[in-house]
Parts: sequence; C-alpha cells; structure tokens
Amino acid sequence: MSDSNNMTLNLKIWRQSTTKDKGQIVDYILEGVSPDMSFLEMIDMLNEQLVAKNDDPIAFDHDCREGICGMCSMMINGQAHGPEKATTTCQLHMRSFKDGDTIVIEPWRARAFPVLKDLMVDRSAFDRIIEAGGFVNVNTGNAGDANEILIPKEAADLAMDAAACIGCGACVASCKNASAMLFVSAKISQLALLPQGEVEADQRALSMVEKMDELGFGNCTNEAECEASCPKDISISNIARMNRGFLKAAITSKTK
Amino acid sequence: MSSSTQSISHNYFLSSVVKKQIMAVTGLLLCGFLLGHLAGNTLIIISPDAFNQYGHALVSNKPLLYTAEAGLIVLFLVHLTMAAKLTVENNTARPEKYYIKQKTGRGSTFASSTMPYTGMIILIFLVTHLINFKYGTVYMTTINGVEMRDLYKTVMEFFAQPIGAAWYAFAMVAMAIHVSHGFWSAFHSIGIFHNRYTPLLRKAGIAYAILVGAGFASLALYGYIQGVQA
Repeated sequence: MSDSNNMTLNLKIWRQSTTKDKGQIVDYILEGVSPDMSFLEMIDMLNEQLVAKNDDPIAFDHDCREGICGMCSMMINGQAHGPEKATTTCQLHMRSFKDGDTIVIEPWRARAFPVLKDLMVDRSAFDRIIEAGGFVNVNTGNAGDANEILIPKEAADLAMDAAACIGCGACVASCKNASAMLFVSAKISQLALLPQGEVEADQRALSMVEKMDELGFGNCTNEAECEASCPKDISISNIARMNRGFLKAAITSKTK
Repeated sequence: MSSSTQSISHNYFLSSVVKKQIMAVTGLLLCGFLLGHLAGNTLIIISPDAFNQYGHALVSNKPLLYTAEAGLIVLFLVHLTMAAKLTVENNTARPEKYYIKQKTGRGSTFASSTMPYTGMIILIFLVTHLINFKYGTVYMTTINGVEMRDLYKTVMEFFAQPIGAAWYAFAMVAMAIHVSHGFWSAFHSIGIFHNRYTPLLRKAGIAYAILVGAGFASLALYGYIQGVQA
C-alpha cells in the first residue's frame, strides 16, 4: 500500500485517562498516511500501532462515519471538526492536510461536556435539554390523509433546515462562551415551525432554555462561530427565532 | 408539556435569553444617546457661543437634566452589571481552555470578539470624560447679558493637549468598534432576523459606528488643530 503521495504527520493528541485526570498533549509521529483516508481512519491507523505496542489506544467517539449521526467530535487544529466548512470529522479527509503537517487534536471543551477519556466527552447535557421539552406531547391521533394539515413550503423548508442538526456539539465547542444556543434554537425551531409542534411552542422554549442555563452553558454573543463550524450549516437565524419566541412565552406564560 | 416542568419555579427574567435582551435594549438606547450627544457637540464647530448656550440651556432645565441624568445612569449601570455577569458566566462555561483555538474566519469578527475589552475602554473613558469636562475647570462667560459656564474653553483647553485629544480619539475608535457589533447584535438578541434586512442592519450598524466614531473623534482633532493655531 505504499504510495508516493503518503504523508508523515506530527500529531499532538490530548490524552486523559479519566474525567478527574489532569490530561496532557502527547506527541505521535504517524507515517504512511494516505490522502484518501478519512480523519477517523487516520486515528484508527495510529490506534492499531498503539495496540500492537501494547499501548492504550486513543478513545474517540464515532458511529456511522457517514456524516449523519453526530458522534464524531474533535477539535482539529483549534477548529471543531477541522478546517473544512460544513463537514463532520468523519467526512474530513487527509487530503486536507500536507506531508509534514502538525495536527493538534483535542476534545470539545465546555463545563457541560466533561471529558470522559482522551477525545470522548459526555454530551448527555444535550439529552437533558431535549428531555426538558424537545418533543411533541399532544395527541396527534391516527395518521391522517396526506396534506390534511397544510404547511407552507417556506415553513417546511425552515423546519427541515433546523432539523438537520445532528446534535454533535460543535456549536458549543467552537463558541468562545461555550453556549448551546444554536443547538437549542434548532431543536425549538424544527418543532415550533410546524402545526403539530406550534401548540406547545411557548412552554417548550421556556423549559428548554431554562434547562440549558441550569446545565452551565454560556451566553450567546452573536459571533456566529457556531454557524461557521456547524457541519450541517444550521443558521443563527434560529437563535433569533428562539429569542423572540422565548420573550413572547415569558411575557405571556401561564405557569408561575 | 409534562407536569414536572410546570412545577419548577421559573425566573424567566434572569434567563440567558432575557439577560441578552436587557443588554440589547439598554445598548440601543445608549446608541440613541450617542447620536443626540454628537448632534449637540457639533455646535463646537459652529461657534463657541452656540455651544455654550446649548450647554447652558441643558443645565438650566433642572427637571429635564436630572431625569436625563438619572435615565443615563440607570442605562449605563444595567448595561455594565449585565455585561459583567454575562462575561463571568461565559468564562466559567469553559473552565479548561483549548491547547489551541482558531477562528473559522466565517463568523467572529474583531469587533465581536473584543466586546468586553472595548466596553472596558468606554467605561474608563466615561469616568475621565466626566472628570475632564462636567467636573473640569469652570470658566464663566457672558453671552447676550446672561452669565453662563464657558464650557467651550474647558473643552478646547483639553483638546489642545496632544495626550487629551489622542485619548479622546482612541476611546472613540474603541466605541465605534464596540457599537459596530453591538448595533446589529442587539436586534438579533431581541429576535429580529430577516434574510434581506439583517444584512442591511449589519451595514447600518457599521455606518452608524463610523458616523459616531469619526464624528466625535473629528471634534477632538478640530480642538487640537485650533489649539495649535492659537
């Protein structure tokens, strides 16, 4: 499999054995990296070498490797999911790098996302936010006839765009304030824009924002680094929608 | 929604969203004050008497003066304390920093990433500004038989010093940078987004920033040049 295009890389990877461990950057030199490999395959290759030497392989999250599950989560050279726009780490290929490059790989960093091991973080804070109201709870009855509920094309498009969020956490990781507002606003928007979800939109916005604050995420400063690093191109216009929806709900809230 | 979420005692007005909206509303009102302040200050260029008479008219109407001053103090204090609270919260949201962090180049701007710093410069400026002018040297003059403060002389004396004019101009550049992000950002925090109008709002924010920044700074430059010529 030797190829003249193959690269030698200097990797600086965050190693941390447990949540309580202090952790540190460890240097590795990896030879024979094909430009056609995905970023995760490159780490697989390094891990095979570590295992062969009886070293502890680098722990990292991954699942579908097709860019749709939202599991892969790494800061690559200081950017969430690496340098390419609208690309998950698994869809990032080594052709984006050059022979001799130094690549720094770190886990997401946020108080609400504690490191479990190496590059793996606990993102269950996102699950707590969804549990707080990111669902439709009203009885929608049996499946009706197609197009029984009319939905404007524009609303359907916006809801679909918001629903493209895979919950990877890159927005939190890239935000200088570790704010989760892009994630939360996408989850609020995808439901609030559609008739079935609109019914509970007020209470949903109040409950999900309250949970987000409670979990220790930061506040939005409208810098749009979240949108810029989002592998699914979720727009910060969702944050504006959440802001006005929340204000309306807070003013008109029927709960104490 | 589930009954458990309803039983929690809510304090929506201290939520992250509303805190940002308080920043937005106070910030926009302060933007309005800046425009009014700049409009009044341009009288310096028109004539010393016009400027002094304007100042005299403002301080002569005590109910208006005290109401305006109280309003401004409240706006500043709310904007400031909320900014401090948000900044502390944002710092604690990421206790462990990145080994390296690089911006995408597609989102954050110089203005957006320096808001706390430009805000601090404005705060320090505000204190020195009041000390230098409002509580500065008092000269008196008589215009049309009315004795009033010669604020023009106080201001021009200050601008005649290179360090005074330079500090004023520097602070105005910091303020322009601050409002160039703050202006459109405030609308976004309140919840205003439109595919066509939000980009225009961003441009309007930059135009507004240039207007007030260059406007105030040019007065300092005018005062300095006048001082050199005198």
